[in-house]
Amino acid sequence: MKRLTLSVLAMSLLAGWAHAETVTVYSSRNEQLIKPLFDAYTKETGVEVKVLTDKEGPLLARLQAEGSNTPADMLITVDAGNLWQASNMGLLKTFNSKVVNENIPAHLRDPRGQWTGLSVRARTMVYNPSLIKAEQLSTYEDLADPKFKGKLCLRTSKKVYNQSLVGMMIAQHGEAKTEQVVRGWVANLATDVFADDTKLIEAVAAGQCAVGIVNTYYLGRILDKLPADKREAYPAKLFWANQKTNGVHVNISGAGITRFAKNEAGALKLIEWLSSDKAQNLYADKDLEFPANPKIKADVIVSSWGPFKQNLINMAKAGELQGKAVQLMDRAGYK
Amino acid sequence: MSKHSWRGAVLALPIALLTLIPLLVVLASFLHPQPEIWAHLGQYVLPDVLRNTAILLFGVGFGVLLLGVPLAWLTAVCEFPGRRWLSWALMLPLAMPAYVLAFVQVGLLDFTGPVQTLLRELTGDSSWFPRIRSTGGVVLVLTLAFYPYVYLLARNAFLTQGKRALEAAQMLGYSRPAGFWKVALPMARPWLIGGLTLALMETLADFGTVSVFNFDTFTTAIYKSWFSLFNLTAASQLASLLVLFVLVLVLVEQRARGARAYHGRIVAAERIVLTGWARPAATLFCLAVLAMAFVIPLLQLLVWAYSVLATDLDARYWGFTLRSMLISLAAALVVSVLALVLVLLQRHYASRATRLTVQLATLGYAVPGTVLAVGVFVPIAWLDNLLLPYAHALGYEGFQILKGSVAVMLLALGARFMAVAFQPLESAMQRVSRNQEDAARSLGLSNRQLTWRLHLPMLRGGALTAVLMCFVDVMKEMPITLMTRPFGWETLAVRVFEMTSEGMWANAALPSLMIVLTGLLPVILLVRKAE
Amino acid sequence: MPLLIVNQIAIEFAGARRVVDGLSFALEAGEIACLLGASGCGKTTVLRSIAGFEALQAGEIHLQTQLLSVPGVQLPPQQRGIGMVFQDYALFPHLTVAQNVGFGLRSLTKPEQARRVAEMLDLVGLGELGGRYIHELSGGQQQRVALARALAPQPRLLLLDEPFSNLDVELRERLGQEVRQILKATGTTAILVTHDQREAFAMADQIGVMSEGRIRQWGTPYDLYHQPVDRFVANFIGEGVLLPARLTGPQCIEFELGELCRTAPVECGIGAELEILIRPDDIQHNDRSPLQAKVVAKAFRGAQFLYTLALPSGQQVLSLVPSHHNHALGELIGIELEVEHLIVFRK
Repeated sequence: MKRLTLSVLAMSLLAGWAHAETVTVYSSRNEQLIKPLFDAYTKETGVEVKVLTDKEGPLLARLQAEGSNTPADMLITVDAGNLWQASNMGLLKTFNSKVVNENIPAHLRDPRGQWTGLSVRARTMVYNPSLIKAEQLSTYEDLADPKFKGKLCLRTSKKVYNQSLVGMMIAQHGEAKTEQVVRGWVANLATDVFADDTKLIEAVAAGQCAVGIVNTYYLGRILDKLPADKREAYPAKLFWANQKTNGVHVNISGAGITRFAKNEAGALKLIEWLSSDKAQNLYADKDLEFPANPKIKADVIVSSWGPFKQNLINMAKAGELQGKAVQLMDRAGYK
Repeated sequence: MSKHSWRGAVLALPIALLTLIPLLVVLASFLHPQPEIWAHLGQYVLPDVLRNTAILLFGVGFGVLLLGVPLAWLTAVCEFPGRRWLSWALMLPLAMPAYVLAFVQVGLLDFTGPVQTLLRELTGDSSWFPRIRSTGGVVLVLTLAFYPYVYLLARNAFLTQGKRALEAAQMLGYSRPAGFWKVALPMARPWLIGGLTLALMETLADFGTVSVFNFDTFTTAIYKSWFSLFNLTAASQLASLLVLFVLVLVLVEQRARGARAYHGRIVAAERIVLTGWARPAATLFCLAVLAMAFVIPLLQLLVWAYSVLATDLDARYWGFTLRSMLISLAAALVVSVLALVLVLLQRHYASRATRLTVQLATLGYAVPGTVLAVGVFVPIAWLDNLLLPYAHALGYEGFQILKGSVAVMLLALGARFMAVAFQPLESAMQRVSRNQEDAARSLGLSNRQLTWRLHLPMLRGGALTAVLMCFVDVMKEMPITLMTRPFGWETLAVRVFEMTSEGMWANAALPSLMIVLTGLLPVILLVRKAE
Repeated sequence: MPLLIVNQIAIEFAGARRVVDGLSFALEAGEIACLLGASGCGKTTVLRSIAGFEALQAGEIHLQTQLLSVPGVQLPPQQRGIGMVFQDYALFPHLTVAQNVGFGLRSLTKPEQARRVAEMLDLVGLGELGGRYIHELSGGQQQRVALARALAPQPRLLLLDEPFSNLDVELRERLGQEVRQILKATGTTAILVTHDQREAFAMADQIGVMSEGRIRQWGTPYDLYHQPVDRFVANFIGEGVLLPARLTGPQCIEFELGELCRTAPVECGIGAELEILIRPDDIQHNDRSPLQAKVVAKAFRGAQFLYTLALPSGQQVLSLVPSHHNHALGELIGIELEVEHLIVFRK
């Protein structure tokens, strides 16, 4: 009797597993940023979303080792380089969605249609107005000029954001010119490169250096913690770089469908939903990033920085040129 | 004995395979040469990285001895105000993950930190303040994080030596300080080397701390090849060089230890009572280390954690903590049992082959966690792929059999932390003398009974140390947990990863704090036990 | 003038009772003395105070003309020129036998050191084993290394703390004799601490019997055995039983085995109740003797049997009998009294 009860129980559990639709996601975007979205999705559609977070490297190694038996349907990363790499390793599947194509601008999508950006992470300058005037700032390239000697702060070249930035510069100017710029940056450094953007912004605010290059949402997070009336006075200000030239360097946080997805349709639906009006605010605002969907207005703090011109080179370039960029920075002595 | 020279090795092999298979996966990378990357690395990356790694090893090695040995000596042999509570308090930094200590110390002491900010407000200048984000800073932080390994083992050695050896030296004309250098220290060498080996292996494998300092080491070169140059193969090749280096280190250690047996005798503790200036100096020294390595970082963590308490702390934290503790305890038990088997095999079948096999089993500790994690995952995924068609034929609907199972996670953690459990057990085994074994045999004990009635009871202390140290280490472990955990398996360390990966240090403080607090209990037990 | 003078010393451990209280003795150069007592009597503490490890609360210790210790001031152990053999030997496991022996010879040149080490190893009969490590030696060999190590720097005084307690009985006596010969051959003045009187007898010229932190009697082994000053020493040294006796005349004592007339060792009135110490060698076996006792127990000691005999009153005595007199348990044998040293105590 007891055995019967148990087996019935087990059957019903298995049955439950088999029938509730699930989408399984491998994500390097951290759990507290995406979980609320997935919860909302589950509430709306009844589809369960299972997430496993890790760094990009291990996630890709994992996908590769699992091969056709991967439980993952979808991959989310916080930069374009790793999506490009996943696609390059044959871990992703091409999808064509009218919804996504309408919602997300072309330069934020893979030309081969294997991944799409879901939020925009802009990398620009912060400066300390008591040490330098906004008029003195112009482009990333200009920061290599000797007039900034001892005034520049940079984050480590090991961070993918800087690798993308330099990769995009290579796409624009070629390696020789870019290497000159990077060497100029290194010569202008006020102190050792930082391990993270937050520390860098604090160093600018404290006057250790006059200007630095950071992702905007790190500044956003600092401002977010301040009372609304104190934000204006914070001594690190944002400056939109390269507005008169090719525009601010942007990276994306994005997603693709895995090559051996078990629930391909489900994954596509989830990506479409994430690109939609409803989800975009939640996706971007949670981390004070910019929505990838241009129709959506950003968070209060984020929109207070005003509109800006984005560099329109396709994100895939960042991935393609990442290796070159890293080697170039090694040569230039950018730690 | 020579008749059985292969027997021990064969018996130890299954356990060694836990580590060897991942290492072989890593080594297999040499099947695919990567000349381009190597040309680049060789010219622009490796020279710096090798120099830095060497500096780090010497600096941290010297540092942990410089702190660990005097602290152990003071608390084990001397008497001074506060000695009793300091002797256990000085172990507490073991509960503090090195990367946490790193981000706290940098947060406190860098240009923008409260210390320098205050200095600027008071004097208008802080430019004379030593730079924390420097070689000295990394060495300091890693030293503060890893000295407890030396402290713990050296203290054990000094406690068992007692004052007697020192008195013997004094009777032969040596002053107390001279006797310390000539006798107490050399006699403690196996323990010191044991502690030093653990500290250096941790240093070699460390990624979290050096990345907070942006200090380029061999490990950062490995990660650069993998994450930035998208070349896991080159990264594995670098990692296997690292393993080779560690193997040499371990063999040198074995040789240095030589054939000498050290059978300590517990001598009734008669302490040297410090007098004059030495009394407050001893107390101050201990307090300073404790403050730097534990109290100040803990306070900073508390401040940060408090600032996010309202938003971040929710009911899930019970689950994180519970899972952290469960997995740590289970892994600690599994690893300790396996290490115990190795120690026993090494004793029963003493031969070069056995020793080598056992040594191989402990190498996982020096491999950067993430690299080892891949080495673990690849063969498991392969096995899963092999099994899945049959499972599916039987009606199984999932796509993971071994992958993402707690059992595999435990084995992977075992591959990583074997050395941690092995060191204290081996030290304990060294105290079981051949005479005691012979005595037991002469009383009619078979080999098996010898194990149950002599070895295991005498290894009890070492086993407890092994379990507790592993517990604390697994608690802090990140990459293997991330790679092998089941879906939705969130622990405190995973939580710390989630936060730090986005540079949210204040938010990372909460789970870090809970890691420290959860780790405190075993650490305190560990010291109580040593008393 | 004596080499070592220990004068009225008192030692106490923090907050505890006095472990040593008003203890004095003196030692001539070349003499081997022994502090003999049960464990906890303070003998090791005295030794450690001479070595310089324990501070004095009262009294003083002199070596030759040098003041070693007074309350509050003590010469560090390493400056005393005293050698010590520890109970557990405290050999250094990280050094070879030769390195252990040469450990205290810093002031000599390398060749001199080597010569001295070889000399010492020869002296203790371990000439071949200089290259071994300590754990490769037997207990007896370790003991000799400890001795050689302590003697190598030619100390003014050698202290031996229960040096044979880790060895088996047979080895203990043999080594005791051997060590005595070595000490005598090198003219070393030594103090031995032990709880084993046979060890003390084998080694020492002078023995101090200790209890409760004091020396009860200081004298030669012969004196201690035959002229114990009190009941404690009588009981502690040698075998024997105390039998009730009565003073029957100014010079005479009567007890179960008869009457003995000698110089009365106690001053009390006639008829006073006393106890007389009867050693096993005081009772001789004689088949013709009218006095009969029953064999209760016997222990074979090679040349002799030690018989435990029951007198008609039930009182038991011990007797040493040449071992060709093999009597069965329960047998009645003839005994006679042959007392040279009359030892009586007041009841």
